[in-house]
Amino acid sequence: MTQSRRTKYSIFSLARNAFSHHENWQVVWRSPPPQKSYDVIVVGGGGHGLATAYYLAKEHGISNVAVLEKGWIGGGNTGRNTTIVRSNYLWDEAALLYEKSMQLWEGLSQDLNYNVMFSQRGVYNLGHSLQDMRDIARRVNANRLNGIDGELLSGTQVKERIPIINIACRYPVLGASFQARGGVARHDAVAWGFARAADARGVDIIQNCEVTGIRREGDKVTGVETERGFIAAPKIAVVTAGHSSVLAEMAGLRLPIESHPLQALVSEPLKPVLDTVVMSNAVHGYVSQSDKGELVIGSGIDSFTGYGQRGSFSIIEDNLAAIVELFPIFSRVRMLRQWGGIVDTCPDACPIVAKTSVRGLYFNCGWGTGGFKATPGSGWVFAHTVARDEPHALNAAFDIERFVSGALIDEHGAAGVAH
Amino acid sequence: MQIRRLPSGGRIDRETPLTFSFNGRAYTGYTGDTLASALLANGIGVLARSFKYHRPRGIVGSGAEEPNALLQLGRGGSTLPNQRATQVELHDGLVAESVNCWPSPQFDVAAVTGLFAKLLPAGFYYKTFMWPQRWWHTYERFIRRAAGLGHCPRAPDPNYYEKTNASCDVLVVGAGPAGIAAALAAGKSGARVLLVDEQSELGGSLLFRDAQIGGDSGDVWLQDSLAVLRDTPEVTLLPRTTVFGYYSHNWLGMLERVTDHLPDGDRSQPRQRLWRVRARQVILATGAIERPLVFCNNDRPGVMLASAVSTYIKRYAVRPGTRAVVFTNNDSAYLSALDMQQAGVAVTAVVDARDNPQGPIIDAVNAQQGIEIIRGAVVHDVLGHKRVHGVKVAPLDAAAAALSGSSRALDCDLLAVSGGWNPTVHLHAQSGARAVFNEQRGCFVPGQPVQSERSVGACSGEFALKPSLDAGAAAGADAAREAGFKPGRKRTYKVQDAEQGPARLVWRIPARTRVSRAAKQFVDLQNDTTAADLELAVREGFRSIEHIKRYTALGFGTDQGKLGNINGMAIVAAALGENTGGPGTTTFRPAYTPVTFGAIVGREIGDRFAPIRKTAMHPWHEAHGAEFEDVGQWKRPWFYPQPGEDMRQAVNRECLAARNDVAIMDGSTLGKIDVRGPDAAEFLNRVYTNGWSKLAVGRCRYGLMLGEDGMVMDDGVSARLAEDRFYMTTTTGGAAAVLGWMERWLQTEWPHLKVHFTSVTDQWATIGVVGPKSREVLGKLCSDIDFDRDSFPFMSFREGTVAGVGARVFRISFSGELAYEINVPANYGQSVWQAAMAAGAEFDITPYGTEAMHVLRAEKGFVIVGQDTDGSMTPADLGMDWILSRQKDYIGRRSLARSDCVRADRKQLVGLLTEQPDQVLPEGAQLVDDAQVTRPVPMIGHVTSSYFSACLQRSIALAVVKGGRQRTGDTVRAPLADGSVVQATIVSPVFYDPEGDRQHA
Repeated sequence: MTQSRRTKYSIFSLARNAFSHHENWQVVWRSPPPQKSYDVIVVGGGGHGLATAYYLAKEHGISNVAVLEKGWIGGGNTGRNTTIVRSNYLWDEAALLYEKSMQLWEGLSQDLNYNVMFSQRGVYNLGHSLQDMRDIARRVNANRLNGIDGELLSGTQVKERIPIINIACRYPVLGASFQARGGVARHDAVAWGFARAADARGVDIIQNCEVTGIRREGDKVTGVETERGFIAAPKIAVVTAGHSSVLAEMAGLRLPIESHPLQALVSEPLKPVLDTVVMSNAVHGYVSQSDKGELVIGSGIDSFTGYGQRGSFSIIEDNLAAIVELFPIFSRVRMLRQWGGIVDTCPDACPIVAKTSVRGLYFNCGWGTGGFKATPGSGWVFAHTVARDEPHALNAAFDIERFVSGALIDEHGAAGVAH
Repeated sequence: MQIRRLPSGGRIDRETPLTFSFNGRAYTGYTGDTLASALLANGIGVLARSFKYHRPRGIVGSGAEEPNALLQLGRGGSTLPNQRATQVELHDGLVAESVNCWPSPQFDVAAVTGLFAKLLPAGFYYKTFMWPQRWWHTYERFIRRAAGLGHCPRAPDPNYYEKTNASCDVLVVGAGPAGIAAALAAGKSGARVLLVDEQSELGGSLLFRDAQIGGDSGDVWLQDSLAVLRDTPEVTLLPRTTVFGYYSHNWLGMLERVTDHLPDGDRSQPRQRLWRVRARQVILATGAIERPLVFCNNDRPGVMLASAVSTYIKRYAVRPGTRAVVFTNNDSAYLSALDMQQAGVAVTAVVDARDNPQGPIIDAVNAQQGIEIIRGAVVHDVLGHKRVHGVKVAPLDAAAAALSGSSRALDCDLLAVSGGWNPTVHLHAQSGARAVFNEQRGCFVPGQPVQSERSVGACSGEFALKPSLDAGAAAGADAAREAGFKPGRKRTYKVQDAEQGPARLVWRIPARTRVSRAAKQFVDLQNDTTAADLELAVREGFRSIEHIKRYTALGFGTDQGKLGNINGMAIVAAALGENTGGPGTTTFRPAYTPVTFGAIVGREIGDRFAPIRKTAMHPWHEAHGAEFEDVGQWKRPWFYPQPGEDMRQAVNRECLAARNDVAIMDGSTLGKIDVRGPDAAEFLNRVYTNGWSKLAVGRCRYGLMLGEDGMVMDDGVSARLAEDRFYMTTTTGGAAAVLGWMERWLQTEWPHLKVHFTSVTDQWATIGVVGPKSREVLGKLCSDIDFDRDSFPFMSFREGTVAGVGARVFRISFSGELAYEINVPANYGQSVWQAAMAAGAEFDITPYGTEAMHVLRAEKGFVIVGQDTDGSMTPADLGMDWILSRQKDYIGRRSLARSDCVRADRKQLVGLLTEQPDQVLPEGAQLVDDAQVTRPVPMIGHVTSSYFSACLQRSIALAVVKGGRQRTGDTVRAPLADGSVVQATIVSPVFYDPEGDRQHA
């Protein structure tokens, strides 16, 4: 495929199209029938998969790429998360990977020419015990030495900056870390923006095309079986959060992954009341306010495993208790909508972005509860891994071998929620 | 003046007038009114402005489907945002205000955005606001201010909420005719029945539709049936209760509004109650919501659902207009025409999209004076701005694709619209089932149930009364039978019900020009989503209905698209060239209507957010001025400042007392587990790294517990009480998790082991008496234990009588001093504590808290799991290889052999001494070799524990450093946030009494 010409989005193109009653907008992405073969097949049309395809084309010149999505793009965890973006992870390996992602976020709307509404409104991670505060101090110090912005705040400072917070709660807010560059983004726009930009570079995005098998010849892959027939490719990049183990099994692999429901909810829209992101690991809740005015709220995973995309209401009860405990003025606000997704969690709360023992088969999975923020970075390093058949320095540590060697990157503390 | 109130009729109580205010002006209404009906009665037409274009909006519906009438109720702390006026019961003193408009909904400055509407198609924000990059934050501030609806309260909630659990045999959702028939049938069998309805009054459609059931009027049948249900002992009626969510295993969430309909000030009852219900069988009788039609300017105030018009007339005795046109594609709106005519509203015409509607209802309208039936025609545009002044009517061609003749204008101030009915399949879909499109009925109907659930009446797509009643009765009987009861004979109803003819499905009324150029045709009124927006989304390549929803915000409002979604889906189907049901619906998610956070939380906030655990001696600590630290759920004394002392002075004093004389601490919060059974020792062998088989009765041993990954997870001292019994202690914070961990291994992996565990944390009070003079204190307290150094050696325990109470005394030490831990039944804790204080008075016994405890143990290099470890430390990293048995297997052993666990450069526990003895390193400081390099700076470790040691007269710190044990004497640097760099030297982590003589003293 050659690169197709696209109207650049801007206030001028909006105005121009207004004169023609918006009747002449091009499609955001094409929906071509699948070809018989591709250089790379990306399985999974979520944010990570689409970003992988985009960076394969942009950074590595590989544009004969198909993204196969069983439903509609961005319909999995990309469309179900609470949209928080931050890079204040503890361990060097994780921090540098998420920071790469953060740097990509910072120019993403312009790079994609699609407004993903990345809003750097800051992220607070609250501490409620002396040990929380030790951990927070350690993480902030590590972040700063890694070149990642971070601030250590006292409880009083938190109260000054977020006057509506209740710091004298059952587990008093003793302080917080604050990452000013953190924030939120519009999750759907991320999928659509990457899809549009990848499509413009020749990538085929094929929806309603479920992969039902991975064909191997000896120790290497040759293609995938799909609802719409066999599609050949020497390289298969699997990015199917929530069902990574299912896809691995198709290739005869086992992954050290457990799949759990993770729930989230939004309130009715309100006029601006909270202009930042507040997360509390200890009392299990995080909250921000969307551009539309809804409070976007999430908590920890349901402890049982399953693929049901449904959690237990008790999690919602505990989650909102934490939120109302921290923000008593939200008590009279109402829950508009709640939903669940499935997260694939690794034992160390860090992802796998790696080659596998099968030649030409790559996996990007195990992001647990924190995949959204990594979307551009994940795609960027995974594209490198697929294109060069070797990991980038930033994802070298996130291999599958670490679960054999023991070189785990234990980010339970910084993952933000309990696993 | 209630200018639109009918002189008689309705279900309101005219004897009790109520006063309320709207936008600062006082009005009156009656008990039984909703806020919406009262506003209409007072002639209020415009009460809101739309979200995006700020167009004037009025009331459209009469219930949960209302998209426009979202008002702010009350002021100050108890203000309530986004309340749907159609669901708010009027009460005296109610204060309501419009939102999203300034200065008023009548005149709104922001309506100027309407001028730029052409620049604001669906998704416009994805295409602009990108330049310059750093301005997004500014753009966003304006976008946010424009978005949102009501205002969040600014003060804590003055009300309280309750939760209750219930189980029942049959839950009937919806108390319309079908639901009541179901409850009657199920109730008769003796089954426990819950009949739940969101309205203040049970009756559903009978509250606004005339009926004849079994020879009685609908109202008589309703009152008789409710009387029977009230007299049936196992039947519970719950009005004002919304089933908002249908979850797994027939578990449903319901919200009861207990006092919302009462004037403010009654705080003796909860405001709302959350019901958590497990039902054997569920009968859904949730009715249907009338569908609007999509045509130009269909959002003008005065355009209402026909059924809502009937409801306001019949139930509330309110005439929503004076001169009306009806626009319909089906028979049911003809009933509204008759209702209006009866109420004195002049109905000039019924515009029917069908070419030749037939039947008794049409005949009845035809017989009325002055009502013209305009067949095969549609209302394609509305005249008027803040109020309908008239409509434009034109014939529709056979394909419903274009207007086939010239338009005529009709004067009216009310347009009653009906596009058919959408069954309320929300709960059915939430249960996991899939609603299917029925071409014949033109709506989604329930599909195959996946839980124990059945749908009856209008929500099943059955809109006629008799079949609904019969289906309700049959479902009630069937559900009771499946729940194990014997229902009586099958009941059928005699109903006089005029038969209704088929509807003509028209999803979007054609305009005179293309949809993209025509006046706005609203699909979702709350989000200002138009038919043009939907077609634009399709033009831009969006195919999935989920994408189109997200791109255009269709159905994203607080009404969750109850009016707009199905029209929207059908318009998308047409644009895609698919069958009407092709795109399907978006997922129906809880909540059906919004649920107050406070109700979901109940009373589990503040002190009830998590249990506050206090030891038996807590009152003493409080009385003696202790500052407390939260450790898990426990409140632990942190330090005991004396008047004039700061924390450091108090901690220094407490530490010195322990080192030089005697000090006492409350250790009751340590987790305590009684491990009992013939395989008790074998079990400990498996969960601890060291051996327990040979531990003699009467002796204690320190144990380290690892996770499967080989990382340190918990530690503690366990004593062998008997051959088959151990008294295990865990960390305070880890107690519950450790017990759970042990149970998991026992129950899932080693069920053959004969051992069981009992948590006894709360049963024992633990008093640590610490210091060189502790033996003397114990000697005074206890006469039946020999405290001699050799007969009661370190790491052993004795049973005896302490201060008159049977006790277990352990000679163990977490301070490195001679120390005893007295364990007594918790109820005696405080008295024994006081006895110990009295006995120690002559030695100036000093109570100390967790901070001094931390300093004392750090001086000895004892780790605290969770502070000096973080889930990535092996025993070897802590210098504790000595505790790893080579004779047996234990959890984590295999992992310790992994290549990464034997690396030479792993982080290891070391001591640190700062160059400046006075300088205490901050805990959490990162350590580097060279602070001058550019970032990222390679980090070699971090400070885990750091204190000023009074007995060493200098600061000390524990840290983990890569390859640290090989680096003793090296200098490391801690770059701090303020830019300063602290230098420190690596030393042994044992700062005090390295030989351990003192604890053996």
